[in-house]
Amino acid sequence: MANPENLQYTKEHEWVLVDGDVATVGITQYAADALGEIVYVDLPKPGSSTSYMKICGEIESTKSVGELYAPMDGEVIEANSALGASPEAINQDPYGAGWLIKIKYTQLPELLTAAEYAAITGE
Amino acid sequence: MLTTPLNDEHVSLAATFTDFGGWNMPVRYGSDLDEHHAVRNSAGLFDISHMGELRIVGEEATKFLDKVLVSDISKLSVGQAKYTMICSQDAGIIDDLIVYKMDTEDYLVVANASNRHAVLVAMQDMADYGFKVDIFDETEDWALVAIQGPKAKDILGMLVDVDLGELKYYSIAKANLEGVPVLLARTGYTGEDGFEIFIPVLECVSIWRKLLAAGGTDLLPCGLAARDTLRLEAGMPLYGHELARTLTPFEANLGRVVAFDKGDFNSKTELLKVSSQPLEIKLFGIKGEGKRAARADYEIFLPGGENAIGKVTSGVLSPTLGYPIAMAYLKADLDLGTGTKLEADVRGTRVPYEVVKLPFYKAER
Repeated sequence: MANPENLQYTKEHEWVLVDGDVATVGITQYAADALGEIVYVDLPKPGSSTSYMKICGEIESTKSVGELYAPMDGEVIEANSALGASPEAINQDPYGAGWLIKIKYTQLPELLTAAEYAAITGE
Repeated sequence: MLTTPLNDEHVSLAATFTDFGGWNMPVRYGSDLDEHHAVRNSAGLFDISHMGELRIVGEEATKFLDKVLVSDISKLSVGQAKYTMICSQDAGIIDDLIVYKMDTEDYLVVANASNRHAVLVAMQDMADYGFKVDIFDETEDWALVAIQGPKAKDILGMLVDVDLGELKYYSIAKANLEGVPVLLARTGYTGEDGFEIFIPVLECVSIWRKLLAAGGTDLLPCGLAARDTLRLEAGMPLYGHELARTLTPFEANLGRVVAFDKGDFNSKTELLKVSSQPLEIKLFGIKGEGKRAARADYEIFLPGGENAIGKVTSGVLSPTLGYPIAMAYLKADLDLGTGTKLEADVRGTRVPYEVVKLPFYKAER
């Protein structure tokens, strides 16, 4: 599946949608497929701070546990609470209903374009 | 890496693959949860051709197997299957096996993929004592496919020339499947009714396709991910997790497979010794609260305890039950009865668990 061109990406297989000083963060289809069926997510609470490339959450499938790396410094302003009841949205719609957190960032790191990310995953 | 004769089928079904015991095996085709639920509610089809098939024939085949395995093979009748083990001289488990009695002195022994050579070596060592027996590794001659779930019997029944109602649980029979001679066993590793079908390699692709076509929407191809969650719910051990060379059948709660009353056998002396001593650790079933599953190697504690009392060997958020389940080796001298409260260290957080009876899930029959 193609990675949406309007998003930016990290090497840790996250996507980032920047809108003003807020970034919405999720994991890519590639990451969701690699994890398998996602059954549980542990996301940082609104109000908690994030540090670039520090672990801030967990994504569990039946077979494995993936760690969520904060793609930037900032403060979590919203976590996708719908995922508590339906974590499978991450597999089904990773770039839409499967979004994870919104971060009010203090600094944006360098992010990858869709093409640069595709080169990493070999797609 | 080894591939099964159905590998191209898996590729064309867009399976995700993993290395399992040196074999390139399908983990899932689509959603492993859908595959799991299909087996519980309808039916699933598994390629398990990585399993080892060893043929033991000769006038002393029964006597030989009684010497090398821990169960009483002489009690089997033709067409009967038996879950058993092969143990080392020091009572450790070399492998868990299913033995199928095909004829008076003709047995098919199914071993785990990763242990096939260890089993062969242990058997050959024993055969060298002068048993009139031949041991053949037939792994590459057979494709092995499992059809499991409440609708398995009806789907398979459309294609075979035998009355599956006559084939009892843990038995095997020759059958004709759409013109192909196969062996049909009513065995499985899912906790559901089902069959394992031994198919000559050259015919396996057409049979795999015919089974899927006959099953239609009632039958999903299933990968190893679903196989693992299904067997865990059914409380079935997996070699490398619940069973190992360093563990005995008694620690694994499988002392019942050891037949001390059958005369002398390879590992008897040491097995007798360990069976008469108190166990240090024992396999337990535990269930957790919430959704965070304790996985293999996570430590288990008594509530608030500082020192671990054991470790998880397999654990998952049970797709059928909706709560975390696990099997764990825990200290045997703590009187851990059903309902005993425990804690699991799930990546730094203590999660409440408690001892439950195995299996976690039992199919209605």
